[in-house]
Formats: sequence, C-alpha cells, structure tokens
Amino acid sequence: MRRGNLWSRARIVVATAGIAWAPLVLGACGDDGASVSRTAVIAHYAAGVHASYSASLASATTMDAAIDAFVAAPTPAAMKAAKDAWRAARDDYGLTEVFRFYGGPIDDETTGTEGQINAWPMDEAYVDYVAGSPGAGLVNTPAALPTISGATLATLNEKGGETNIATGWHAIEFLLWGQDLSPNGPGTRPVSDYTNAPNAKRRAAYLTATSDLLMSDLTDLVAAWAPDDPKNYRATFTALPENDALRDIIVGMGELSRGELAGQRMNVAYSERSQEDEHSCFSDNTTADFVANATGVQMVYTGAYPGVEGPGISAIVAKADADLDAKIVAGLATSVANATEVPAPFDRLVRDGLPDSDPGRKAVLATIVSLEDQGDLMVDAGTALGVTVVLS
Amino acid sequence: MTRRTIVALATGIATAAAAGTLIVGRDGGTDVPAELLVSASGGALTTDGRTKDAFGRSAPTLDRNGRRRFEIGNSFFTQNWVTAPASTSDRDGLGPFFNAQSCASCHVRDGRAQPPTSPSDPQRGLLLRLSVPNGAGGEKDHPAYGGQLHDRSILGVPAEGQIAITTTPIIGEYGDGTPFTLSRPRYRIADPAYGPAGRNIKISPRIAQQVVGMGLLEAIPAARITAAADPDDVNDDGISGRVNRVTDMRTGKRVLGRFGWKANVGSVDDQVASAFRGDIGITSSRAPEQPCTTSQSACRHARSGGAPEVDDQIIATVGFYVSTLAVPGRRAIDDHVRRGARVFAEAGCGGCHTPAQHTGEAENPAISPQTIYPFSDLLVHDMGSFLADGRADGQASGTEWRTPPLWGIGNIEPINGHTRFLHDGRARDLSEAVLWHAGEAQNSREVFRLAPADDRAALIAFLRSM
Repeated sequence: MRRGNLWSRARIVVATAGIAWAPLVLGACGDDGASVSRTAVIAHYAAGVHASYSASLASATTMDAAIDAFVAAPTPAAMKAAKDAWRAARDDYGLTEVFRFYGGPIDDETTGTEGQINAWPMDEAYVDYVAGSPGAGLVNTPAALPTISGATLATLNEKGGETNIATGWHAIEFLLWGQDLSPNGPGTRPVSDYTNAPNAKRRAAYLTATSDLLMSDLTDLVAAWAPDDPKNYRATFTALPENDALRDIIVGMGELSRGELAGQRMNVAYSERSQEDEHSCFSDNTTADFVANATGVQMVYTGAYPGVEGPGISAIVAKADADLDAKIVAGLATSVANATEVPAPFDRLVRDGLPDSDPGRKAVLATIVSLEDQGDLMVDAGTALGVTVVLS
Repeated sequence: MTRRTIVALATGIATAAAAGTLIVGRDGGTDVPAELLVSASGGALTTDGRTKDAFGRSAPTLDRNGRRRFEIGNSFFTQNWVTAPASTSDRDGLGPFFNAQSCASCHVRDGRAQPPTSPSDPQRGLLLRLSVPNGAGGEKDHPAYGGQLHDRSILGVPAEGQIAITTTPIIGEYGDGTPFTLSRPRYRIADPAYGPAGRNIKISPRIAQQVVGMGLLEAIPAARITAAADPDDVNDDGISGRVNRVTDMRTGKRVLGRFGWKANVGSVDDQVASAFRGDIGITSSRAPEQPCTTSQSACRHARSGGAPEVDDQIIATVGFYVSTLAVPGRRAIDDHVRRGARVFAEAGCGGCHTPAQHTGEAENPAISPQTIYPFSDLLVHDMGSFLADGRADGQASGTEWRTPPLWGIGNIEPINGHTRFLHDGRARDLSEAVLWHAGEAQNSREVFRLAPADDRAALIAFLRSM
C-alpha cells in the first residue's frame, strides 16, 4: 500500500503535524516522570533508520522496474513513467540523508557507499554526450568502459575527479533527463537516445546497470540496520554508550541542516548564481530534494518515521529543557515550511540578473537561514542532554 | 644495481649496531611523551576522523559567514574546469595545458593521490617538475617543456607528453632476517610532443598530498620554524634542518617556505594560485602567464578564459577553504599505539617530525593561537641519495625534502583507498615509507629496521592512529 510518492507525501504531512502534537506528547512524558529513556530513543532511532531505508529501497525497486520497462520498449510514455518513479524514489531517499555524517553504514570510512549512491555535482560529460561534445562520456567510449556492469561502473565512480560521477541517483537522473539547458524546465533527452541514436544500446545498459547498483547498495543499507542481527551495524550502534549514540544522531541532524543543505546544496548555488551547483539539476527536482532533506531532520527529531511509532530525540530534550525543545520543534517546522515555499525550478533562481528581492530568492535565503539556525539549535540540544556535539 | 643496494643498507646496520641500546624493550621502560598521543591533532580545528569525508570537514571554529565562504571555496575546489568559452563562465579557462581538471581531481576528498598505474589511468595526482642546469649551480625551466610536464591539453593543442615510470627492486632485510623489497621508480617523458627532452633534463616527481590543517601550518610564526633550524648541525645530532626561503608571489618579498614537498611555497594563497596555473591552466594575478614556452605556439595562441582567468577573490576563497579544512582527530589510542609512540620517541623520529607546534595570531579569527600536533618541523632535510631528485628547488638541495606533517596519515587508506607514501608515492605502505628514510633520518630508520617485529608493528599502528 505504501508506495512511491503517495507514501512519502503522506509522511511529510504527518511530520508537519508534529509541530502540533509533539509538545503535547512530550508534556505527558514530563508529567509522569522518566517514562522515556535514552535507550528507548536510541532503539527507536535504529528502527526508524531501518524503516526509512526499507521505504527507500521499496520505491527504488519500483523505479528500477520502470527503467527496465522503458529500456525494453522505449516510448515517451515509458520514459515519463521512469522519470516519475525516479522523483518518487528520490523523495524517500532524501529523508535518509540525515543518517549520514557519523561514519555509519552510509559513509563509513572504508565501506560507505554514499559516494556511489548520491555523489554530486556531476560532470555530465564524464558519462554521456553534452552540447558541443557528441562523443563525450563513458557511454560513447567503449575503450574506457568495455563491459557495462554495476561493478565496472563502481570502479570508475569519482575516478580522476570528484565530479566524475559514474553512478547513483544523479547518473540515473542525467540518463533519463539529459542536460538541463532551459531555465524554465528540466532536461529534454529524446527517447531516440534509447532507440536509434549512437550507442543507444550501451546507454540502455548503462542506465539499467547503475539502477541495479543503486538497488544493491540500498539493500546493503537495509541489512546493516535490520533488527535481530547480532553482527550488523544496528547491533553495534545500539550497544554504543548512550551519549555516543545520541551524539551521532544529533551530528547527523546538525551536519545535514547546516553544512550540507544550507551550505553546499543551497547557499553555494544561491550566492554564486551557479547552476553547476544545483543538486538535482537535470530533472529540476532540486526544490523537492530540499524539502525531503529538511523533513528527514524533523523526522529524526520528532521520531515520526514511516510506519514505526516511538519517541524521538525531542522526548528527552523536552525532559531536560522544555523551552529549548519547543524552540527546536518550531525551528524544524519553519525550515520545512520555508523549503516548501521555494518555487521550482531552482535554476531560475540562480540566474545572473535576478535581484535578491525576487520572492523566490528571498525564499531560498530564508530557508538557508532557518537551516543554519537549526544547526546551531542541534548543538544546544546536545548540550541539554550532556552530549558534546561538534559540527564542522 | 641491486647488489650495491644491499651494501648501502648494510652500512645502516653497522651504524645502528653501534647505537645498540635504542631498541625498545618489551616493557617499554620510558614514559611516552604526552604530546605524542593528543587526540585533538588540530587543536580547536579538529574534526571527527571516522567518515569518508574526514579530510573535507570545515573548522568547527568558523562563524556563519566563514562557513558560507568555506562551502563556496569547496565548490571551486571540487568542480571540473572546462575549456573556454563555455556557458559556465565562472568555470572556464581550463588549459591550454593541464594535468587535472579540478583541485579535487588530484586531492580526491581533499586527500592524497597515488601514482598512475599506466598512462591511460584516469587517476591524477602525480606531476613531474622539469628543469635544466642554469650554469650557476641552480636550475632553470626546460627551454622546450617549461617547469612542469603537462600530460593533458585542450583540443587543438598537443599535450607535452606522458609520464613513463619504470621501477627497479631494492632488496633488504629487517634485523630479524625478514626480507623486504622496495620499488624504486625512474621517470622519463614518453611521447614527447615538442622535440627531444635532451640529456640534461632534470625530473622531479611530486604527488598531491592531503590538504588539511594548512591554515594552522601557515599560522606557525616563521621565527619559531627558523629557530628550530640547525643548518650546520651544531648540536651534532646528525640532523641539520634548513629553511627554504622563497618569493611571495604577491609582494615579491622573501619569505619562509612552508608548503610543497620542498617547502618551496610560502603561503596558502600562493600554493592555490600556483596549482591553478601550473596544474589546471587557470591564470590569476599572482600567476598571470600560461606556462607555454616559445616553441609551443598552439599553447600561446589558445583562447583564454579571461586575463586573468580567475580574480583574486576566487583565489582567496579557495585559499580560505584550504586554510580552514579541519584536521581529523586521532583514532582509538590503545596499548599497541602507546607502545608505537615509545618506539617513535626512542628512534628519534621527532627530531624532524616535531610533534607539537604553536600557532600565533592569524588574520582568520577561526584560527587562534593554540597548540597543534602536525608532527613536522616544516624544514627541509637531506634524505639521502635514494630519495634524492638531484634537483635544487630554491634553497632546498637535490637531496633535501620538507618533513611532511603526519597528521591524518591514518585516514589516507580509508579515504583514498591506497597506502602510497613519500613525495612520489613510491612507498607501498607505511613500513616502506620508513625504510626509504636515509640521510639525516638514517639512524632512526635503522632503529625501526632492527627492531623486533612487534615493535615495528606498534610503530605502524601508532602512525595509523594519526
């Protein structure tokens, strides 16, 4: 029943509603004493991470099937279905990015797959042709990529440069949409790229291979956080000293809010007016990415994960400092609301010449500022819990 | 060749046997100096060392504006530059000659490069400095190829040539009879496009290093670094330590060299500007000319991305980024690491790899005076003939190399996926890196080579904890 975009839209509503109900619930906790333990909060976080990655895998599986159907019979309708499935799956993945930044399975220093799943910005000429360079990219260079498979693509990812992205969400995005050369809409890759254009078969093989690799990486993340496996990361995480686990959870929220989302994903493109720094620049899905990321932080704080109920960080912060908790709950809601106000397409807002007084640019800046504030509040949340949170 | 090598290493055995008592006993005996085991390597600019992005984190001391500036600098550091003219006018001007399309091509995840396995290997990060004797005991740029080999170029301009590497084995053994083989690289230019390089060409290979903590190193007062120099080895410890004085690219004044494998660059911004020009082909006010020689007319007539191609603000922003990259904190320090610290101390490694430094006032308020633990004196030392490139660089001789900081060295394998060390990545792991040490480091190297396997492993564990 919970599939794709319907499912994630439902959750965004729930999380937003958290503004209203969270203080009530927490008030109840405060009244009857120490009913919510740190252990319970950490356990619920682990369950929530698992639920979130499971949801992401489910919608990615739908996308993968749509991609398979498209390359098997490339029609405009099938291409649109694949694109829609990408957008839906992208929402679910965006919610999980708050699980980064502390060396967990997603970005463990040796085994982390984040760079393979979601690296950006992408130099699209590394993968396929671009305007002015019809022969560019691995798709059109059999010598550099004789065998197209998830494994061979993985070895070429980030080879020779951080923007040489060969795999993950943005490689799939580029292969579906193509370069975005218009300020008013996304890229317009022709269906013929998958029928009679040069290297159409290689392009199709590339698209399905990178989608398969993404599925495999997401499957690993689900397994790393699955319950009742004494050897997986979840077992390690839930056995950490409580303050260490809480620190990691809060660092994830703070880093995503401040450095990653407010900074790299929004402010760089905003202040440099650089489309190259736009996150999902081929599909113009960038504004939806912002909302999903901001909602993910809210989800961890309130504990309102997809399909699992339990106490979030909010529950224990409220016990320590009810005013601070109320401030954070409101701040998170403000960020999500601000992000929702940013009009698509984002590239229109980072054009040269558009004044800062433009309502769209004002919405971007307001979101940046509220996310930065929210990062600072996460440090305060740590302090309230007796946990030292150092954000970069 | 191989035979001679064994003799060279055997000489080391004699030296250390005379020193004899330096080998660390099983119980330790001496206390480990506390400064060898401080977790916060970068003082207040220390960050979590556990993630794949541990070299790429900003200083926790940055304020809101500082963080915003850091992230913009990161974008310029990371993104590929393209040939001019292009729709992305902020990012054009690549070439005509270049080695890499972005800073991060070589400093992947702000980390360290490894040597290419073949000319077509897309991994960047090793470059060759070129020169010929200037007739006065120094060096000048090669008349046809300039000061650096450019193995890539824009369309219509032939690349200068490719790096060809051949290796010869060097055989030796540890004190306990365990054999080891080092791999000694030699370099030449393959496919030279601008005529023969000539027999008098001198080639110095340099590999891209991790770029963390640069602002802290810049903030160490020059007088402190100079005070540690002992050019004539007056204290008779076998270690001289000299400063390399270089010209500041903006002011033209002589300043202390701090950065680069020969301490041949004086400031972070100078390092950024020279790498932009030399490695990516992006000119700036500090380095306004493209590195085309008179015989390279296609290079000289190539379309420019502006004069200069980036303004001082971009150089400063990238400089700000590099200066405020935090240093990964130390890993778990256990008994094995503590034992390794003792080996480090007793072998005298700290004679050059000075554990603690103190920074002074910096322009950037995020970098305040504090104690940091880079494990470097930032001086150049004679490292012996096997490591020598035979090519003077400023006041650094053909056998001298700057002591590279050791902080973050344990993060290289997880972040960059390799364990290639030293100035050209010839060492294939940390043990080999230690074994290559000679010259002023000969005695320390011999302590390691002759130590029991347990102590050797402990020293490596100590290094990996950084």
